[in-house]
Amino acid sequence: MENSDIILEARGIVKDFRESDGRFRRVLDGISFSVREHEFLSIIGPSGCGKSTLIRIAAGLETASAGEFRLDGKVVKGTDAERGMVFQKYTLFPWLSVKKNVMFGLESIGHGGDEAEEAALEWLQIVGLGKYAEYYPGQLSGGMQQRVAIARALAPQPRVLLMDEPFGALDAQTRSQMQSYLLEVWKNIDITILFVTHDLDEAVFLSDRILALQANPGKVREDVAVHVPRPRTGESLFLPEFIGTRKHIEELIHPADAPAEKETFNIINLKKRK
Amino acid sequence: MSFIGIHKPLSRKVKIAATLLSFILPLALWCTVSYVPFVYHPLVEVTDAGGSMLCVPGDEIERSVFNEENASLKAEGSAAMKGKRVNPVYLPAPHEVAKALVTSFRTPPKRDGDVWFHESLLHSIKIVFLGFFISMLLGLPLGILCGSVPFFERLIEPFIEFFRYFPAPVFGALMVAILGINDAPKVAIIFIGTFFQMLPMTAATTRRAETALVEAAETLGASQKRVLWHVIIPNVAPSLFKDMRILLGWAWTYLIVAEVVGTSSGITWFINQQAKYRVFENVYAAIVILGCIGLLCDAFLAWLGRQIFAWQDGSTSSLGKVKRELCSPSNYVFSFRLTPEEKKLKEANNGKL
Repeated sequence: MENSDIILEARGIVKDFRESDGRFRRVLDGISFSVREHEFLSIIGPSGCGKSTLIRIAAGLETASAGEFRLDGKVVKGTDAERGMVFQKYTLFPWLSVKKNVMFGLESIGHGGDEAEEAALEWLQIVGLGKYAEYYPGQLSGGMQQRVAIARALAPQPRVLLMDEPFGALDAQTRSQMQSYLLEVWKNIDITILFVTHDLDEAVFLSDRILALQANPGKVREDVAVHVPRPRTGESLFLPEFIGTRKHIEELIHPADAPAEKETFNIINLKKRK
Repeated sequence: MSFIGIHKPLSRKVKIAATLLSFILPLALWCTVSYVPFVYHPLVEVTDAGGSMLCVPGDEIERSVFNEENASLKAEGSAAMKGKRVNPVYLPAPHEVAKALVTSFRTPPKRDGDVWFHESLLHSIKIVFLGFFISMLLGLPLGILCGSVPFFERLIEPFIEFFRYFPAPVFGALMVAILGINDAPKVAIIFIGTFFQMLPMTAATTRRAETALVEAAETLGASQKRVLWHVIIPNVAPSLFKDMRILLGWAWTYLIVAEVVGTSSGITWFINQQAKYRVFENVYAAIVILGCIGLLCDAFLAWLGRQIFAWQDGSTSSLGKVKRELCSPSNYVFSFRLTPEEKKLKEANNGKL
């Protein structure tokens, strides 16, 4: 790996949350990794490993207790248009038309008027929704809304696109369509993607590299390169590389010797009652 | 009774019928009490005093008194009183109120210098809207500021919350002393009555702006000012509009207090005047008109809200009937579990299903 093309870097990210009893709970414990230009990196891990918190820190929506994210070598602070984000929840502005939604980011960074409108229409073409520019988000299906959300996040031309379980609220059929769409968009434009998911198939299908986290506290367990050849289609799922990587990561995030999640829950509840 | 059930949706017909019934039933009750003598009618109007020394024709006395008097008249051997059962004067029949609704607009004021009914009404409307407008002018911006910036919430809201519990009417005398006896103290009462409710209400509604939308805007590079103006305010605007509708109702309630402050005026003056003359059908007519104004006003605002915030029910509008089948991505149908037939079809169609 060449150092020169590293675009986003996490250096020793630590996050402590204050519990209701006043004690601190460590959610993220010294996470470091780097993302190269035009790389597709997924972060996967069991629930409670802090993967969402990690990507929110990268976006600047939350602050790390220690450590820092660097974008092009500069420490990131707060939110800006350099790091676009797509959320699991539908976050299109319901009072704006689809086109105006996509224009929002452009206007935020000072590109108004016809220029923004043209760019917005172009982005809607890219996600295949050119026809729906004048529709309101409430009139679109969940999958279409997420495609608009992707167009909206990409329109201000961020350096990296952060995606926090963007297809988590969609049904299985739409989700797999969206994955293919995303790969298509990613192939055609110059964008680096950091993708959080708990779906193994999704992570392996999409990524160049997968960062497997472990929980309590969240740590990098292994940085796995995915050698499934591109372009990836439905047939890719049956390739030995796919099956092998999937199995390997499954063992990483659900180790056989770890107690079942349900039991852990009961122990926590018992402790709270005391 | 197939239309009654928990959360059971109603057909259009049943809805209309029920709405009409909700007005017809109370009206029917009123008619029964007014026109069917044996239901209520506690008094007797004397039509012929007979040999009685106590009553003259036109008197309205209680039935028990009437019966006693007649018993004693009978014992004396005098002629008995005649009378008919009536309701008290404060309970006029529907047709009397209906007549008053028309005549109250036509009847000139009883004294020179007094105002016509419609003039009183317009004066009241003016007071309500002026007070409410001033209240909105201050309450909305301050409330939105408190609801979106925690510093201002701490700085402003605790005192307002405290002040809110002073009943607005107690400021009547004070406002007259400060602002004189004319309309100014009345407007001030409406303002006090609504502003100190409006600010915390607006702030609470503004605080309910969706965090997800605010965060999305932030990651799109929006400045704080832009988040406030282009995300938080449009996000909560429909709820704020509803709050204002509720508060306008409060303003009407405070009107009755405001109008007895200083010189009595407006619809309250009219009602008090008519009650003094014991023309209760006019009192009812005025109350019904107040109710109608409130209802019309609210219906108009509800309609206006639907026009302004049309995007809210975009999914049910005619445009919104576009179904996902129509727009789902057909070029790339990709599933983890394809049946062999589907696979064959996909191969034959260059990857499309």
